[in-house]
Amino acid sequence: MKPPLWQSIGFYILVGVIVLQALFPFYYAILTSLEDGQALFEVNYLPRALNLANYQAMLSGGVFGKQILNSVFVATVVVILSLFLAVTAAYALSRIRFRGRGLLLLTVLSVSMFPQIAVLSGLFEVIRYFGLFNSLWSLVFSYMIFTLPFTVWVLTTFMRNLPIEIEEAAIMDGASSFTIIRRVFLPLMWPAMVTTGLLAFIHAWNEFLFALTFLSTDSQRTVPVAIALISGRSEFEIPWGNIMAASVIVTLPLVALVLVFQRKIVSGLTAGAVKG
Amino acid sequence: MSKTVQKSRLSRSRTRSAWLFLAPMLLTLAIVAAWPLGRTIWFSFTDASLDLMGEARFVGFRNYLEYVAWGDGEGQYYGLLADARWWRSVWNTILFAVVSVSFETVFGLIIALVLNQQFRGRGLVRAAVLIPWAIPTIVSAKMWAWMLHDQFGIINDMLQTIGLIAEPIAWTASPDTAMVAVLMVDIWKTTPFMALLILAGLQMVPGDIYEAAKLDGVPPWRVFRKITLPLIMPAVLVAVVFRALDALRVFDIVYVLTPNTDATRTMSVFARENLFDYDKFAYGSAASTLLFLVIALITITFIMATRMDLEGKRS
Amino acid sequence: MATVELKNVSKSYGTVEVLRDINLELEQGEFVVFVGPSGCGKSTLLRMIAGLEDITGGELRIDGQPMNDVLPAKRGIAMVFQSYALYPHMTVFENMAFGLEQARLNKAEIRERVEKAAKMLQIEAFLDRKPKQLSGGQRQRVAIGRAITCDPRVFLFDEPLSNLDAALRVDTRLEIASLGKRLPDTTMVYVTHDQVEAMTLADRIVVLNGGIVEQVGTPMELYERPASQFVAGFIGSPRMNFLNGTVAAAHGAETYGIRPEHISLSPDAGDWRGRVILTERLGSDTFVHVEVDGVGPVNVRIEGRSEVHANDEVHLTPDPASVHLFDAKGRPIPG
Repeated sequence: MKPPLWQSIGFYILVGVIVLQALFPFYYAILTSLEDGQALFEVNYLPRALNLANYQAMLSGGVFGKQILNSVFVATVVVILSLFLAVTAAYALSRIRFRGRGLLLLTVLSVSMFPQIAVLSGLFEVIRYFGLFNSLWSLVFSYMIFTLPFTVWVLTTFMRNLPIEIEEAAIMDGASSFTIIRRVFLPLMWPAMVTTGLLAFIHAWNEFLFALTFLSTDSQRTVPVAIALISGRSEFEIPWGNIMAASVIVTLPLVALVLVFQRKIVSGLTAGAVKG
Repeated sequence: MSKTVQKSRLSRSRTRSAWLFLAPMLLTLAIVAAWPLGRTIWFSFTDASLDLMGEARFVGFRNYLEYVAWGDGEGQYYGLLADARWWRSVWNTILFAVVSVSFETVFGLIIALVLNQQFRGRGLVRAAVLIPWAIPTIVSAKMWAWMLHDQFGIINDMLQTIGLIAEPIAWTASPDTAMVAVLMVDIWKTTPFMALLILAGLQMVPGDIYEAAKLDGVPPWRVFRKITLPLIMPAVLVAVVFRALDALRVFDIVYVLTPNTDATRTMSVFARENLFDYDKFAYGSAASTLLFLVIALITITFIMATRMDLEGKRS
Repeated sequence: MATVELKNVSKSYGTVEVLRDINLELEQGEFVVFVGPSGCGKSTLLRMIAGLEDITGGELRIDGQPMNDVLPAKRGIAMVFQSYALYPHMTVFENMAFGLEQARLNKAEIRERVEKAAKMLQIEAFLDRKPKQLSGGQRQRVAIGRAITCDPRVFLFDEPLSNLDAALRVDTRLEIASLGKRLPDTTMVYVTHDQVEAMTLADRIVVLNGGIVEQVGTPMELYERPASQFVAGFIGSPRMNFLNGTVAAAHGAETYGIRPEHISLSPDAGDWRGRVILTERLGSDTFVHVEVDGVGPVNVRIEGRSEVHANDEVHLTPDPASVHLFDAKGRPIPG
């Protein structure tokens, strides 16, 4: 039984509206980034120019390139570190029975509910104490507060669903706990690790508050802060073209990740919430 | 005679390695979360300033509320709880959370229902919907700031073209519309997250229920109201709570899109301004502490209400 | 000398006792089957021997050595799991070699042992494949092969056939039986809920129920002299008929038990008269369900085909030598 025509048309119009609203702002940012000078101040719906001047301005200045590298460094190290810490912890939390396990998992999970602002002043002190102020390591370190609880939670759920007999077979084979993680679980966990790693990367790449607070010089900043702080000499001279070019540059890798790893991202986003 | 061993060597060694494996993670979380939180709360009871954190002295509840008597029975309340700007930011935060989460739930539900249908190009539509979520908050704020620009913005142009407004609106600068602008951006950016969580709920509804309803000739709207909605309610509820907790902490969008205006200042923005811009470190810490308390309370209530199965008990 | 000795072994989770006072001695080279309904504690008992579960009371000895506090891998045992539990990311060779690697054997010796076991089980052709490229039966053999390479004193099987389809189950059962013959010095302990598997494989059967041992004996001992009404009902298929009331009372018992194959059926004369309710024809046998006047429902097994049909009136005669009598507590009354 096929639905009536008007229903199909209505449905596809709805789909069209959803796609349009989702993509239009990004499309418009690209369009703006390709315009220069006076063209910028005329409202266009379709591309008129293909002018790369804004991109040249952003990338030739030097500091923005450095800032992109900062972001790549921070996000990559955050992913590696949080996965390493979380895999071992998830093994303990999912596979070993010990007293207080439930409470511990609850505590770890509750950390993800912490408002970042609530730890900001205390964290600021800790970072100064370790001499990490204005160092990228301050971000690597502080981003653990949101990547770790999430990663631990998802990996714990995933590991719990791996067949218990495989681990018991490894115990019978005489493997130590560390060998079980390294030789048996790690190779089975890569789907979950890709998912959580991606989400941790995106989260770290996008973070703003800590990056704004713990870094003080231009050459140390990460891209979100850099973009937020691009300004002209006055309110009327804000270089919108440059801002849009920078925005497109930092967003493109994420869009690529979303297109390639769509399924993994969706499963990761919903793993924590729905199965909880 | 029988020898009794309560815990075998295997159990003992596993318990030992459990704690060994947990230690680095727990230590990290202690340093980045537990300790800083404790210090924030401590600072809120002191006269700490940005440069003299170490020499902070305990001042009791002065940052929260203090009655200063002027003599002759006259006097005035000072402190966070007597600060009109604070209460304004509390109101802004609540307004933001309620409105944004409501719209996101409705739009998210619609998108989820669409994505739950079988149609050509569904994968691409789903990817497209995900894009606003993946764009950094700061970038979306900037993109929208440009689109909402009072003189050159495309939104004003659109609205004027279809005749909805006569004069351009200064969306982000005018106090009347600043909150609307913030809400627009947030709803645009976060609806995908909501949609995905609800979609996950929808996909757990067994298909044969719909088959049965179809055979019984139940009209689609009633199927949705009587079957779908009750079944996905738990998933929607979880998504709403997650989003609400997130919305109560909102900082980035407001800070970038509408800086320095009473009309949109939220609790997080208020706290950070005091901590780092106004050199009222202790006062800002008190604001942070209150925000933490509100969120903790909601979280605890939620966990109690749903009695989450954290042990993952197997049958 | 016994290889495996259990002395007053018990297991409890908190205050819940799942196994109570288990005393067993398993001889070297013996094939012992633990059988019982689900939840009887048979798998727990096996896992305690393996070392995967703590022993909360009593003592386990293997070759005379106390084992309660010895790590699983150091007990000289190997285990075949219900789901095979092969490492999915490793090849068959790597699966079989993993335990030997953990034991720090040198490469040449590992290869030699794996190849020997592979040859024995005829899985040499699959050594480079991953488990998901194998059929259920092949996986089962790899799981057994992995256990053999460790050269165990005791071989444990935890319901190894329950994931196989019916046809394969019979083949694999025969293979496990012949494995037992080929490894005459290795003690085999096999857990199942299927009494047919137990009867066909075991030298001795241990029947467990509700956390205690109901009876230990050879298959024929259990069949002919069940030590309790539970064992009588559990062993043998179709199930023994249990009759209460006047038939039992006439023999001074609470329950009168007679196996379906120990009743003869005749159209015109016999001890009991009744009406056929249902017949089940299996070709080799026919099961006739009869409602006997004043006695109750009785199941009769007839070899080959039978021309009896529903609603026919029939006469039954139980073989007096094969009657089992039980008292109110299910204990046998010597007859």
